[in-house]
Amino acid sequence: MRSEALIWAAVAAIMGFLFVPIVIIIAYAFSAAPIPSWPITGFALHWFADTWYDDEIRQALTLSVEVAALATVSAILLGTLAAMAVARMKSAAKEVVSFIAVLPIALPGILTGMALASYFAFWGLNLSFWTIVAGHATFCVVIVYNNVIARLRRMPHSLTEASADLGADAFLTFRRVQLPMMASAIGAGALLAFALSFDEVIVTTFTAGAQNTLPLWIFGAIRLGQKLPEVNVVVFAIILFTAVPVLLAQKLIGDSGRVAR
Amino acid sequence: MQRFLSAFGWRHEGAANAALLGLPAIWFACLYLAAIGALLITSFWTVDSLSGDLIPGFSFTNFQQLLADPTYTKIGLRTIGIAAAVTITDIVLAWPVAFAMVRLAGPRLRAALMAMVMVPLWSSYLARVYAWRLILAHDGLLNWALAEIGLPGLHIGYSNWAMWIVFSYLWLPFMILPVAAAVERIPPSLLEASADLGEHGFATFRRVILPMALPGMVAGAIFTFSLTLGDYVTPMLVGGEGSDFIGNVVYANVGVTNNIPFAAAYAVLPLGVMGVFLLVARRMGAFDAL
Repeated sequence: MRSEALIWAAVAAIMGFLFVPIVIIIAYAFSAAPIPSWPITGFALHWFADTWYDDEIRQALTLSVEVAALATVSAILLGTLAAMAVARMKSAAKEVVSFIAVLPIALPGILTGMALASYFAFWGLNLSFWTIVAGHATFCVVIVYNNVIARLRRMPHSLTEASADLGADAFLTFRRVQLPMMASAIGAGALLAFALSFDEVIVTTFTAGAQNTLPLWIFGAIRLGQKLPEVNVVVFAIILFTAVPVLLAQKLIGDSGRVAR
Repeated sequence: MQRFLSAFGWRHEGAANAALLGLPAIWFACLYLAAIGALLITSFWTVDSLSGDLIPGFSFTNFQQLLADPTYTKIGLRTIGIAAAVTITDIVLAWPVAFAMVRLAGPRLRAALMAMVMVPLWSSYLARVYAWRLILAHDGLLNWALAEIGLPGLHIGYSNWAMWIVFSYLWLPFMILPVAAAVERIPPSLLEASADLGEHGFATFRRVILPMALPGMVAGAIFTFSLTLGDYVTPMLVGGEGSDFIGNVVYANVGVTNNIPFAAAYAVLPLGVMGVFLLVARRMGAFDAL
């Protein structure tokens, strides 16, 4: 019993460690001071209005949403196809393909970024909107793939066989049996892929030309020490808007303890 | 036509697999794998120092330059060292949470703990690094709190200590989740058997739970190690003078001096380190625990 109490005390401390920075960031969004310092002396809401009407931030936000949407759409298509193929494979080929498939999230971001930068340089391609999307899609595909393959592993093969026995062809089986069973896993993967793309900074710096995604704008502003109150508001808003899809995705996965990234 | 394709796929499983895998495989090979290939190829290229143009070819100049300057060795060792320290720290911190979540908590508390781990995991990365920059700053929350309880201030902002804390913080959920999943997969009968054989509490943990959760820990370590190894933003924002990571050198050579071949050559180091790590991890069954 005493050791159980000790474990719970440790859990409480670790949860505090996880949440203090998030609480701090939320508090700073309402701080009146133009330069963040502790303790917060006055509260103000006008930074929210300033942020809302900042054109740079609006452009960055638009770009981020466009990139994340396109990367997510390609991830849904490619990730689901790949998961369905791998789920059908025999052990030897399956091992190799599933090993290679997770490389974009298992290898350091700087490698993906650097590899893409050399690749585009190799072909003499200029960095553009499309190079950002291509870079984001590499890891977004893996997120959807991971979620769908986890679902397929738990889905009995007998169901598709039963469908075939009842006379359905592969396409009908896909539409009426497999897709409905995969749908929530695809949805969860898509939400997480969108969130990851929306937040990505390391790969993006290597694949973006002159454009700023929202994270690139935040990174630049923090580094230069400019517009810090607006940075506070933006990151507060991001935390607010990512918490919702993440909790939703968690419900859709309906499974504990899987790293979805 | 649909019927024919369907029947063909049923009879020739290889063809059906190829049809499904075709598009993702082509895309993956042409973009990701080809890019890794391009990284390796360009690492042997050089740059014309006057015009800044890329000179294709095969020369070891970049690698010689990297080995000749002890700074690059030091940066490489610092990066790998901190990545290892962060991984160990996260294993230690993940255990109480994972264990409590799976073995001690009821269903409702368990769901709440799970959500509490997921929210920081997916909260903006930059926001969390930035929060720590504010906390650890000279006039930040940490020193304020220390002063309130009458302790002297610490000067850990912009140092290797700061990077260790922030990285451990950032990647902790990546360790908690696979460890919790691994603990969950241990059949309760094994724990009962251990108790029947007279083992109690900590002995069961050390001799049954810990070894059986090893794949989970290795799976978590892939993330904590790899994410630290490939970062340059955190060192830039919370590290001080002389706390460059491999990523910072790569970033500076691409963004500032525009020497892509040199950056590519240095990026081969984390590629090699992670390549070995992943192959070992796969042997230990970590990929089933991802």
